Amino acid sequence: MSKRSIEILVGLFVLLGLAGVLFLALKAANLTTMSNGATYGLSARFDNIGGLKPRAPVRSAGVVVGRITGISLDPKTFQGVVTMEVNRNFMFPKDSSAKILTAGLLGDQYIGLEPGGEADNLAPGATIKQTQSAVVLENLIGQFLFNKAADAGSGADAGGKKP
Amino acid sequence: MPPGPCLLYGQLPHQPLNPDTLIEIDHVTFGYDERRTILNDVSLRFARGKVTSVLGQSGCGKTTLLRLIGGVHAPNSGRVVFDGEQIDTRNAEQLYRLRRRLGMLFQFGALFTDLSVYDNVAFPLREMTDLPESLVHDIVLMKLNAVGLRGAARLKISEVSGGMARRIALARAIALDPELIMYDEPFAGLDLISMGVAAKLIRTLNDITGATSLVISHDVPECMAISDHVVLMSGGGRIVAQGTPAELMASTEPEVRQFVRGEPDGPVKFHYPAAPMADDFGLGAGATATPGARP
Amino acid sequence: MNTIAALGARTLRVLQGWGHAALFFLGLLRVLPQSFRRFGLVVVQMHAIGNRSLVIILASGLAVGFVLALQMYYALVNYGATESLGLVVNLTLVRELGPVVTALLFAGRAGTSLTAEIGLMKAGEQLAAMELMAIDPRARVLAPRFLAGILSMPLLAALFSAIGILGAWLVAVGLIGIDGGNFWSIQQNGVDVWRDVGNGIVKSAVFGVICTFVALYQGYETEATPEGVAYATTRTVVLSSLAVLGTDFILTALMFSTR
Repeated sequence: MSKRSIEILVGLFVLLGLAGVLFLALKAANLTTMSNGATYGLSARFDNIGGLKPRAPVRSAGVVVGRITGISLDPKTFQGVVTMEVNRNFMFPKDSSAKILTAGLLGDQYIGLEPGGEADNLAPGATIKQTQSAVVLENLIGQFLFNKAADAGSGADAGGKKP
Repeated sequence: MPPGPCLLYGQLPHQPLNPDTLIEIDHVTFGYDERRTILNDVSLRFARGKVTSVLGQSGCGKTTLLRLIGGVHAPNSGRVVFDGEQIDTRNAEQLYRLRRRLGMLFQFGALFTDLSVYDNVAFPLREMTDLPESLVHDIVLMKLNAVGLRGAARLKISEVSGGMARRIALARAIALDPELIMYDEPFAGLDLISMGVAAKLIRTLNDITGATSLVISHDVPECMAISDHVVLMSGGGRIVAQGTPAELMASTEPEVRQFVRGEPDGPVKFHYPAAPMADDFGLGAGATATPGARP
Repeated sequence: MNTIAALGARTLRVLQGWGHAALFFLGLLRVLPQSFRRFGLVVVQMHAIGNRSLVIILASGLAVGFVLALQMYYALVNYGATESLGLVVNLTLVRELGPVVTALLFAGRAGTSLTAEIGLMKAGEQLAAMELMAIDPRARVLAPRFLAGILSMPLLAALFSAIGILGAWLVAVGLIGIDGGNFWSIQQNGVDVWRDVGNGIVKSAVFGVICTFVALYQGYETEATPEGVAYATTRTVVLSSLAVLGTDFILTALMFSTR
């Protein structure tokens, strides 16, 4: 086989391989959904971050606007500190709140940003003041049982008080 | 090659003792491992511009000699001197310079099977020089013409016969016009015609180019016909005799006579060492009861 | 006492073998830059190694994709999670099966042909002839093949995974009837380009180094006899496969540990 045709075939092979890689990256992975462009950093403190993991999405109204970059513990206040990068196209008012929500019933957890009403926006590097921690299942069950016990108690009381 | 500055005889180790000697093997002992010594205190000189044949039985160290000259192995003791320079196998730069001046013809050609005939002969030119393709083309065809195979240039290696392969390998070996051409068993396995062709080529090349030829073989008639000098080696890696072909053919030494005449028995024994025949067949003093003997 | 001495001798020989192989590897790395300058040789080898492996890689990828889709469907349907079929197949292929199976197929097809080729070149004294022509056979013959193997492997692995996912799509959406849009969007949300696809490519590059090196080394060190070459090709497949599987474990632990 002539040198020229060999080189053409190898070139085709490389092209095919790169096309495969591109297909995997674009069609089968999250390359297109990744924000390209400048981001700015924000942080938020939570009493309990639940199952939040780095690289989890930051959504507002359900739309991905950023990513979690780091999770750490503040040794003084013992609160969880979450840092995130948000797309520069989206600026949120200073009194916006950050909640840890769950996608679906048992899905991965993410941070939901709800915009507030102030005129000024959060500056890059600012801390979100209003936060709502993750819902911990044990606390929920404990709460439920406590409520149930309280209802039974007051019902007995009420029943007892009735003639 | 210029002999170098004149100094006292033998003062520096890299001065040739004799400017007509291209290669000197100086008291070389060599073995691949401790058990077998292939060359045993061998001293030889190969004269510039002449055809020298090294004859001997299979396994007497002839091919090893070529490897030592090519710098593939280092001798256990002694030195190998090429054109006044002692060969140091660890000196890559020296080996590179040395190997550019020699061409070797391997026993079965050692052609590159993934290239065509043309590309095989062009290989040294393309790798070692920057000549333009047009010049390479001319040189390749001239070399192939010298060995009579110019018409076979476009063939693939799988399509050529054994004798042709050897001629192509020869064309490749002389592509860079080396000063030293080494032939490893060039006549082995060839028919009479091809043998005659090979012998003619070796001699003609030597005379025309002024190169030094070193032929390793056990083919007595052909070597005697084309050599200027013949060396006969024995099984222990020793030199038995050397001289002109006429001298060796006329020699009365038993070893030489046996070899050049091809006698089956002589100093080189016919029988492999064994116990006395009587013992093996159960007869004689060392035997047990003879088979078939009545108790 | 004799068994201890024999064991000691055996251990020393094994160590010597490893040392020899390591030095050979370093020698290859040293002459590798020359191959970049003579890229034409590498291209020829990529044709022999890469292009010629395309058929088996693509066919196997498609088949594996089909089977994965079916099997994962049977497993997921019990949990009502058939939506994640695409995601599961994707991750399995891109993270593990793509690089590993490609490497095993590569060792079998390209590795054995490399070993046989180098072994026969050695037996036919071609490498010795090159050496006596003052051309380093490692730079001229071995290094281009080494580089070609390293470059071809990630491409082949990516193609394996890609066509596997397509095959799974054919079965899942075409045959079984899972929703096509969900098939792709759940993958896009769940598969990370750098973590999954990127690590998979890194894995296949490492496997390329391993398989090609083992093949070249076995061919170079083989005895110059027919039995020697046959034995060497078997060893190439066995050693490559074991090394790939072992390295895969280490790499997976490194790359995909739950931090």
